[in-house]
Amino acid sequence: MNNTLDSKRLNPAVFLKNAKKYTMTIALVVVFIFFAILTGGRLLYPQNISNLLLQNAYVLVMACGMLLCILTGGNVDLSIGSTLCLIGAISAQLMSKSDWGAIPTIIFCLVIAVLIGIWQGFWIGYVHIPPFICTLAGMFLFRGLARVILDSKTVNIANDDFLNIFTTYVKTPGLDDGDIKWSALIIGILVAVGFLVYTIFSRANKVKKGYSMSSNLVAYSQVAVIGALVIAYCWQLANYKGLPVMLLWILLVVCIYAFITSKTAFGRYFYAVGGNEKATKLSGIDTRKVYFAAYCSMSLLAGFSGLLVAARIGSVNGDTGTSYEMDAIGSCFIGGASAYGGSGTIPGVMIGAILLGVINQGMSIYGLDNNWQYVVKGAVLLIAVIFDVVSNRKTGKS
Amino acid sequence: MSTTIASSNIIKVKQEGVNLADSILVMENITKLFPGVRALDDVNLSVERGEIHALVGENGAGKSTLMNVLSGTHPYGSYEGKFMYNGKECKFHNVRESEKLGIVIIHQELALIPELSIGENMFLGNERRGLFGINWNETYSQAAKHLSNVGLKDSPLTLIKDIGTGKQQLVEIAKALSKNVKLLILDEPTSSLNEEDSRMLLDMLIEFKKQGMTSILISHKISEVAYVADKITIMRDGATIETLDNSDHQVDEDRIIKGMVGRELTDRYPAREHNISEENGLEVQNWTVHHPVYTEKRVVNNVSFHVRKGEIVGFSGLQGAGRTELAMSVFGKSYGANISGTVIVNGNPVKLSTARDAIENGIAYVTEDRKDNGLVLGDSIAKNNTMARLEKVCSYGIIDINRENQVAEEYKDKLSTKTPSVQQNVGNLSGGNQQKVLLSKWMFADPEILLLDEPTRGIDVGAKYEIYSIMNKLVEEGKSVVMISSELPELLGMCDRIYVMNEGEIVAELKAEEATQEKIMGAILRSDKSHIA
Repeated sequence: MNNTLDSKRLNPAVFLKNAKKYTMTIALVVVFIFFAILTGGRLLYPQNISNLLLQNAYVLVMACGMLLCILTGGNVDLSIGSTLCLIGAISAQLMSKSDWGAIPTIIFCLVIAVLIGIWQGFWIGYVHIPPFICTLAGMFLFRGLARVILDSKTVNIANDDFLNIFTTYVKTPGLDDGDIKWSALIIGILVAVGFLVYTIFSRANKVKKGYSMSSNLVAYSQVAVIGALVIAYCWQLANYKGLPVMLLWILLVVCIYAFITSKTAFGRYFYAVGGNEKATKLSGIDTRKVYFAAYCSMSLLAGFSGLLVAARIGSVNGDTGTSYEMDAIGSCFIGGASAYGGSGTIPGVMIGAILLGVINQGMSIYGLDNNWQYVVKGAVLLIAVIFDVVSNRKTGKS
Repeated sequence: MSTTIASSNIIKVKQEGVNLADSILVMENITKLFPGVRALDDVNLSVERGEIHALVGENGAGKSTLMNVLSGTHPYGSYEGKFMYNGKECKFHNVRESEKLGIVIIHQELALIPELSIGENMFLGNERRGLFGINWNETYSQAAKHLSNVGLKDSPLTLIKDIGTGKQQLVEIAKALSKNVKLLILDEPTSSLNEEDSRMLLDMLIEFKKQGMTSILISHKISEVAYVADKITIMRDGATIETLDNSDHQVDEDRIIKGMVGRELTDRYPAREHNISEENGLEVQNWTVHHPVYTEKRVVNNVSFHVRKGEIVGFSGLQGAGRTELAMSVFGKSYGANISGTVIVNGNPVKLSTARDAIENGIAYVTEDRKDNGLVLGDSIAKNNTMARLEKVCSYGIIDINRENQVAEEYKDKLSTKTPSVQQNVGNLSGGNQQKVLLSKWMFADPEILLLDEPTRGIDVGAKYEIYSIMNKLVEEGKSVVMISSELPELLGMCDRIYVMNEGEIVAELKAEEATQEKIMGAILRSDKSHIA
């Protein structure tokens, strides 16, 4: 019994804070069960479970970048839907008209995405153009350029290498020949075990150095829940086509951003700038670079999403990516990022994005009109932000 | 030696009902609970008509909470007990209801809108209406009348952002007058004013008193309380301790302090051994700084000074003398334009173009404005603590969060910061504890030279003493400390040497032994005259 009793004392403020921390997770579970029942279990079909993340790949990826922008002070990037379209358009044209290979195309496209990021980051970070206006301009600019490049047509992508890089499934000969793709399940189990081992080691390390930590019960029940979810999800994947490569791409991005925001000095600066820019400056941190980095990374991720979307749909037209920026922004706020900057986490944002995804997919499967999806999304966003503001007031945070 | 509690100038607070006909306000058994905290515990307070009643106490003693109950900020029903104003029991549900009866509170943080004019601010929410919309003629003529009552000659059309803090405070008072105030409550009105403006404001209160107005003054500055108040009520831990009569303005300061902290402070300034080295820690030569917007204006004009290792050097001066600007411009050009001059650290001339350069050369600037410029209030103590030198708990850019928390614990113990945990958000701490977090943030950055700008502003006596002790420890380790302060007694009590600044220039340099309040003020006033001549 090495856990401190202090942390367990029932204090209304602490309780509220904890309740708030898990509200969105609980909301996600409730909404998921609701739609599972509403659709007569169809939401749980392996195919739908697999599609849930793939269809929302662009949201999951771009929400990571958007979080950095929002952290700097509630600033958003409105241009990413257009950037996504522009990069998609460039890739489609390069491969269809100029016969570029998949790898050079991808590299070229990501370089262009970074250049767009430098363009926006420069104006916002170093010339202090308000981000809202600068990215609004970008939204028109890049949308227009994309349409010019597409020549107002829909361009198909026929390059198999390109499609394979993003849209195939992991296949291990011998394991995945039957109906059940065992490799997906094995990977799932490995991830769950890895997570358990990591937790054991980090706690052992904490005990050794005498650091305080959460109680065993909390920590291991968390491991158990997450591990079970991962395995269950992978089991569903195994019953469909196996582990999609695109999921690995998403996980890669999410893990990198989760690591940056929670564990690195670089990530800490985004929170500091959003929390108090003047104090951050006087602490010797170059706030211009922080803004620059936020918008640079945002455009890179928008470009990457452009490739994902292009590969998944198999074609690009002038309307690809319209209003995608709003999904990314919405995910961040639903996931608990502060509209004033300075707080928000990648896991939270992922839950926000998945919640939006579940609502979308649940309603499509149920057969609800597309238009109603907007109504529901809007309501969810509003409720999430109202809850955030009200609970902050109760815990005494202005 | 037990003080004679029964001496004649002490009135027991306990009132037997409303038997005093001349009481404008009687508060009885007020208890106010916040989640987990008993902010007010059975408080009694009686204020007589036409007096200046001072309320003193440490931060968190409950002074502001009590006034918020009185003004209706905490509505009727959210507290226990009752209070009578002019003999009638009051049940205010909001501030408007209390203002209607002439109870006006002026908060420490001024509630003025910088982009609006004085006149617009004065009648905000209380607009002078004409047939169509606002009657601007009446607005501005009435505003001018109230302004002249507080001795301000500025046009009511002037924007708030164009006048200084001292004048803004006066505008707040004029605004209170426009509401036909009978009972004026001032919460720390002089905390951001210099001595001259403070004195003017206090004299104005005395003037209003002669005209029959009653005031309640919350203040940390004991000298001004002694100067202006008729009665002094001491609060501690949510309760009124005692009320002292101060009609002869002779109340013993140490007695008040004792009442506030509940213990006898043998010495308000901790003793230290003076081990001043011959070497200069910091030397600044011919330092000139121009205003960042009005670049022709010299904010700091050809200033040279030095601080030896192990020495505390004070900077005295009125507000706007250029002390903060001097410190910030030395700290990696964090203020001003067209900066010229030489900075010498440890005997080596250095070029400091950014705050980062300054930090790496061992300089720390502890700001006067901890909320705006110093701390990230929404972040934990641990995160604030490492902010100026995050790399110290990083390897390859990755933060060792365990190490960070451990560091925060160390500093928490070292500075005896009162907090349940280092994960607590800094915004939830009291002013004194926030100041300690700010200090530990800069101590963590391992500076050799600390520029402390108003290090004890707005914090209570006990916390001040602790901050002084920390400063002493720092100089004992051989560090150089610059202390900018608007409180002359603290400069005299703490510093080895004092520079006096006025209008961007150093006008005097005094050794601790020879310095007195009169000499410092004299130096400032004489330099003003020479400017006119």
